Amino acid sequence: MGVTFLALYFFRRFAGFAVTLFVAALIIFLLLDLLPGDPARFILGINATPEAVAALRDQMGLDAPAHERFFGWIGGMLTGDFGISTTQRLPVSQLIAERMAVTLPLSLIAMVVSIAVGLPMGILAAMRRGKATDTALMVLAQTGVAIPNFWFGMLLTLLFSVTLRWLPTGGFIPWDEDPGATLRGLILPGLALALPQASILARVMRTALVDITEQDFIRTARAKGLTKSEAIWRHGVRNALLPVLTILGLQFAYLIAGTIIVENVFYLPGLGRLIFTAISERDLVLVRGATIALVLVTTLTMLVVDLTYALVDPRLKGRDA
Amino acid sequence: MALVELADLTIAFGGRPAVSGLSLRIERGDRFGIIGESGSGKSLTALAIAGLLPETATVSGEVQFDGVPLPADERALARMRGKRIGMVFQEPMTALNPLMRIGEQIEEAIALAELSEAAQTLLPGLLGEVGLEPGHAARFPHQLSGGQRQRAMIAMALVSQPELMIADEPTSALDVITQRTVLDLITEICTRRHMTLLFISHDIRAVAALCSRVGVMRAGKLVEQGDTEAVLGAPKADYTRRLLAASRMDRQAALIKPHDRPLLAVKNLSRVYQQAGFWFWRNPPLRAVDEVSFEIGAGECVALVGPSGCGKTTLARMIVGLDSASEGHMVLDGSPYRGRDLPPLLRAGLSLVFQDPFSSFDPRMSMGDSLAEPLHLLGRLSGEEQAARLREAVEAVGLETGMLKRYPHEFSGGQRQRLAIARALVTRPRLVVLDEPVSALDVSLRGEVLHLLSRLRAEHGLSYLIISHDLDMVAAMADRVLVMEKGRIVEEGTPEHLFAAPQHRLTRALMAARLPDVA
Amino acid sequence: MTWGAIRQHPSLYIGLIAAAAFALLGLISLWWTPYPIEQIAIARRFHGPMAEHWLGTDHLGRDMLSLVMSGTLTSFVVAALGVLIGVGLGVPMGLAAVAWGGALEWLVLRLSDLTFAFPAIVVAILIAALAGPGETNAIIAIGVFNIPVFARVARGGALAVATQDFVAAARLAGLGNWAIAVRHLLPNIMSLLIVQGTIQLSLGILAEAGLSYIGLGTQPPATSLGLMLRDAQSLFLIHPWLSVVPGLTIVFVVIALNIAGDGLRDAMDPRLRREGLAHGAG
Repeated sequence: MGVTFLALYFFRRFAGFAVTLFVAALIIFLLLDLLPGDPARFILGINATPEAVAALRDQMGLDAPAHERFFGWIGGMLTGDFGISTTQRLPVSQLIAERMAVTLPLSLIAMVVSIAVGLPMGILAAMRRGKATDTALMVLAQTGVAIPNFWFGMLLTLLFSVTLRWLPTGGFIPWDEDPGATLRGLILPGLALALPQASILARVMRTALVDITEQDFIRTARAKGLTKSEAIWRHGVRNALLPVLTILGLQFAYLIAGTIIVENVFYLPGLGRLIFTAISERDLVLVRGATIALVLVTTLTMLVVDLTYALVDPRLKGRDA
Repeated sequence: MALVELADLTIAFGGRPAVSGLSLRIERGDRFGIIGESGSGKSLTALAIAGLLPETATVSGEVQFDGVPLPADERALARMRGKRIGMVFQEPMTALNPLMRIGEQIEEAIALAELSEAAQTLLPGLLGEVGLEPGHAARFPHQLSGGQRQRAMIAMALVSQPELMIADEPTSALDVITQRTVLDLITEICTRRHMTLLFISHDIRAVAALCSRVGVMRAGKLVEQGDTEAVLGAPKADYTRRLLAASRMDRQAALIKPHDRPLLAVKNLSRVYQQAGFWFWRNPPLRAVDEVSFEIGAGECVALVGPSGCGKTTLARMIVGLDSASEGHMVLDGSPYRGRDLPPLLRAGLSLVFQDPFSSFDPRMSMGDSLAEPLHLLGRLSGEEQAARLREAVEAVGLETGMLKRYPHEFSGGQRQRLAIARALVTRPRLVVLDEPVSALDVSLRGEVLHLLSRLRAEHGLSYLIISHDLDMVAAMADRVLVMEKGRIVEEGTPEHLFAAPQHRLTRALMAARLPDVA
Repeated sequence: MTWGAIRQHPSLYIGLIAAAAFALLGLISLWWTPYPIEQIAIARRFHGPMAEHWLGTDHLGRDMLSLVMSGTLTSFVVAALGVLIGVGLGVPMGLAAVAWGGALEWLVLRLSDLTFAFPAIVVAILIAALAGPGETNAIIAIGVFNIPVFARVARGGALAVATQDFVAAARLAGLGNWAIAVRHLLPNIMSLLIVQGTIQLSLGILAEAGLSYIGLGTQPPATSLGLMLRDAQSLFLIHPWLSVVPGLTIVFVVIALNIAGDGLRDAMDPRLRREGLAHGAG
């Protein structure tokens, strides 16, 4: 029965994911494609000749009925075809994939750093609750949460690039030229992104662990002969990680969006730059493709969190046993 | 030498003492019971013996275990606790780690007792001793019933063959039949293993049945201690006498004779829940209430008893109109209804008193506003009329109208339950459904509330439907008892009849689970 | 408020007073700033702090203190309107989900899932692509982000309240779903909402800064703390001061709000500790 339940749960979550994505695509489509005004004229600007507008309309397939265009777009995306950028004349999927080579590693670096720093901080603070270590760590986290990541990026550049000259101020060297240099270029932006995330994680971890510490089963563990910190370590941390997992998922989803802001500080050619160029050049096909890509990543992360949850928490899968 | 010796123990939180000047000795082989109501400091005393008090507590006085003060070093204290003291707590659901299998949790205790080489053989033996099957070791806590979880806790406490077993209200979260089997298990194990027991409970009868010596605690002080027969047979302290009196429930004389004409008729009522599932995996629907029929006469007091999950609460919810029947219907005073479709004026004719007086009032609303809420059902009433209704209801339960301006947190549990009864009376109903009306109250208050209910019934000619698992209370209050199991009524009769010669297996089990009266 | 209460929750009052001070500073800028913020004087640019200009001047010679005052106001207003949108739409959604249950609850949950799929920046991008950047853009983006946050907080809180017997008592008294939501659920989740509101306000200020910094939010000639950082972007390696002033202001405002939020949570109800920065990932 347990396996069936799990399969059922996975199926439901997956269906929910698909529906959310579909509706999100519909919203994006309606906003960018059906709003009053002619997209072709919007793209070409007010001074375009009627012939140019008509040509573009024809090329974009705008004369087809709306539902045909929508399902054409959806169908294309299912086969990996996100359309052709009107300004760059390249497949949108290719443009996004190029930029993801910057955005994705950057988000991953930030995620790894924030986990490596935030979780131990939170655990330590919870273990030393009410003591000086706890207060110091929480003041640190309180400050970290309040610092805008892009501003922190500026400060990091001032210190490590301008004053100490350890790391580059910005720019991006493609991975296939010199991966080491690429990585060095991502260190500061990664740190800038990680700071607030690590602070949030530290706070969430501490709260979760403090809550768990007050639960009866920690007392049971102590009654068995464990000291308080042994009991928290062996029984508390695993339980406290469950609520943290949810936050972690949200964070990763928003990190990807957050890179758009931070890559500005370091002149990185990430997804953000692509989108801003697309907006200023009125490349709606590209904007549409890039936003649905961001929504896809966000939704996918939530799905992964939900599924992981089901695997980690026996209470979810074993309800019928 | 005493195994446990407390001398002038005082435990305080933020300067306020929760236990003060407590001294007691527990000899080896004793079965010591501490009786006390909530907030009496009995659990804190137990935690102090095991060195498990919260860090915020300030402790003075002395705790000696086996002639030696508790070690100051945390690790030494923890290991001593693990080897020499076993503990069983009240709530077995939260006392077990939800993410670990039962077997793993017991094995951890085995490892800590430093008996690991014997672990292979120890686990099945322990499970057997507490009445679990070997297969239960692979389960997670949420996959066991409450009783099974408590057995697992006991197994864990037994691992190190402790000299002292502390059981803090080990049965109060369990249902009646399970309560008795767990109590019997603890008795049996203590006898077999010659283990010293510290048993903590608010239930004087459980202590009397289990313990050789007792201490009675009230407001942080030990008011009396001694051999069980001496203390309970000839109590010296006034408080002990009151507790004893409250534990005996006298038959509340029915002052009025019920009419034969039915006030409420329940006809083939069923409530069916669709279970979670999907297409062909769907589990069969759960029939929480399954074709139940009965009648309540005007002025009659009917009790509905049964183990938890038998459907008695679902049935009550349909009768008062909080839920709707899937099949069948009810007839109140000649008007048929299915549940939620109960029209306002008919709704005013019946009311419900909840089990927990602490959650039955909105903390953000004054008592007066809460009590006036049901008056909506009567249509628009003038301010004077409303005030008159409130006064009538409040005075009927022996409280003053001045109290209506206050908020719920300013009242004690007993006062709140009186006010809850007042709210139930404010629309002058004819049928009042009482859902475990006294089980959330301290023992010493239960008698008064039951007495109040009987008086109101006589004065206002009320009909009662009492939902309960407490056979003694039911025997004291009801004219007629219905026994319910798995959604069906399996036996019916007057309390005298039913309890003297129970026919159905469940009724017999319920009777057998009753603890003997004290003294 | 009594002295006893202040001593019991010092952080609450420190945070509240500091946040109020910044808000007041912003409000004053409506009527008075040391210098007009649009007054450009290239001759006096890049001054450090001095007697006439307490916080110095920027690359156009504008008075930094005046800019910070006005920018703080914009940041507060944008964040507060974002919270208002979130509360106004999210709380009724959450309450309705609990009071009615069933299909409506399902719909609310799916709607909030859907909104979660749109990070604030994606909303801002979409609106910017349609209508161009601006303050309204930031307000809507932050508002949309806040809707599911408040819907979930309201639903979570109301679910816990709805299991209490007094809600059943109200149903017995013949109250409908709407009356129960307004009379019993809402008052009992008020403290939760106030705490979450404070947290979202501080997140909103951070989000406004981020959006304005990348050019999707506030546009000149108006100013905001994020826009000041955008202006400082190309110069900050040579004139770091220009980015230090607005940056530190953001940090102080956000810390003040967070401390106030934490303090409120502790003071109002110890049970609320569980919630908190759970939605702080934006």
